[in-house]
Amino acid sequence: MMFQGEEVKKDFPILNQVVNDEPLIYLDSAATSQKPTAVLTAIETYYKTSNANVHRGVHTLAERATSQYEAARETVRAFIHAKETAEVLFTRGATTSLNWVAKSYGEANVHEGDEIVISYMEHHSNIVPWQQLAKKNKAILKYIELTKDGQLDLTSAKEQITTKTKIVALTHVSNVLGSVNPIAELTQLAHSVGAVMVVDGAQAVPHMAVDVVELGVDFYAFSGHKMLGPTGIGILYGKRALLEVMEPVEYGGEMIDFVYDQDSTWTELPWKFEAGTPNIAGAIGLAASIDYLNQLGMENIHAHETALVTYLLPKLRAIPGLVVYGPTDDASRTGVITFNVDELHPHDLATALDMQGIAVRAGHHCTQPLMRQLGASSTARASVYVYNTKADCDSLVEAILATKEFFNYGLN
Amino acid sequence: MALTRLDQLYRQVILDHSSHPHHHGTLEEATNQVEMNNPTCGDVIELQLNLTDNRIEAIRFSGSGCTISTASASMMTDVVLGKTPKEALALVDQFSLLVQGKEPENLDDLGDAAILSGVAKFPARIRCATLAWKGLEKALATPDETKTNEKE
Ligand SMILES: Cc1ncc(COP(=O)(O)O)c(C=O)c1O
Repeated sequence: MMFQGEEVKKDFPILNQVVNDEPLIYLDSAATSQKPTAVLTAIETYYKTSNANVHRGVHTLAERATSQYEAARETVRAFIHAKETAEVLFTRGATTSLNWVAKSYGEANVHEGDEIVISYMEHHSNIVPWQQLAKKNKAILKYIELTKDGQLDLTSAKEQITTKTKIVALTHVSNVLGSVNPIAELTQLAHSVGAVMVVDGAQAVPHMAVDVVELGVDFYAFSGHKMLGPTGIGILYGKRALLEVMEPVEYGGEMIDFVYDQDSTWTELPWKFEAGTPNIAGAIGLAASIDYLNQLGMENIHAHETALVTYLLPKLRAIPGLVVYGPTDDASRTGVITFNVDELHPHDLATALDMQGIAVRAGHHCTQPLMRQLGASSTARASVYVYNTKADCDSLVEAILATKEFFNYGLN
Repeated sequence: MALTRLDQLYRQVILDHSSHPHHHGTLEEATNQVEMNNPTCGDVIELQLNLTDNRIEAIRFSGSGCTISTASASMMTDVVLGKTPKEALALVDQFSLLVQGKEPENLDDLGDAAILSGVAKFPARIRCATLAWKGLEKALATPDETKTNEKE
């Protein structure tokens, strides 16, 4: 059953506050989401009742912590429909996940003259690790072009992905344009030339049902904090056959099988990659956020966001001088809306909106190559999530109008 | 209405400077120049100057920026023109104190830029205000072509 943003909002204590004398309206969930009481409680309960190191002790608390940590892994596995928990690695976040693939898989498998293909809509975290890999191994980094309305250009994808391509790394959902990429189709394209498919799912997993097996991807990265979970925890999904032969990126406790004087052997998946004491509370918090999302239902969440953006976009476009970037088919978009207003600089706009209680992001959103494609050095971005309402959308529109008024005539 | 608070930041003088910035453009020849990135928003400004007889004899800035960074750059060029590098750097220090909410000793020396004191109440915008001033500092330290990233 469809839920109401007004009801959901009550589960998020942080949203019930006043900033700059105005009720807070949070429209920056693409940067990070807020956390429901259920997640906060799960973390607190863990620390109050079960805190211990994992995989190390025989005492009762150690056993509790270990089983909760591993249960969290199973919750994540089921959520993304991976075949087995051995394929679900806990990381610090999407950035760490992508760096691990570049470091471990990339350095071993990309050689001089090989190609790595990304796109112009990537977040810096899915650009810079590949640039560094290309530099280190003398490979070539290539970009898939975008269409005029901010979608991945599939013709360009077919041109860029060649028999020299070893890695295709693409975002599932753009954090700026709100466009959704046809990952299953692109994965087939990558596989047809023998390349592996790496997907940045940071903006997808929080907002839509994701099935990594159905998509066919080789690696899939995302962050807990964008899906109602805590910061400092993220996931790297990888196919077992690939992870098995990959070297760990970090070495230390927890990940070893046996340590001799001069060399060591590694333990089995997934722990081979998880050196040191992991973010146990983070994993447990993430599992609680997944439980919460599942209760709302991913289909409902997607429908809720679509309802909000299809309500908001026409109102925004009606504001004189306002341009919205990205796909023109509103129903195809996720909850991210990036825009600019006339000559108003996004920083000035964001400050003015903040004075009216509204949190949006202004800047390049960690996508400088994309900003160059759009011909804007910076933009404003409003992003909605489960706790946003049509009233929030109305407030945004009114506040933008008031800001325009202020900068045009408002000084007294 | 919370927008009235914006008046503290966006004073008329600031809006005037930002819509009609002084010394905006490029110099044919410059003895010192820098490019400054504001990494939080991606804005880039270029600053050029001509040092003759140990004085800033000409100064220009170009590039895109928000109201605060453009106005601040414009105000900066006004007050440092004709100054020696040492005098100009002293003004940079005064300005830095100002936007941190401290009292500079000689507020009047900052000219129109004194009005940017309101930025102190908007911590997220302090970098916008200081970008051009940091650029000046860099430009004076590094003659000729340099490309510099503004970091914390
Ligand atoms: C599309 C995309 N990829 C990757 C990231 C990086 O995520 P994190 O900073 O959590 O590692 C983000 C978040 O900013 C993002 O929006």
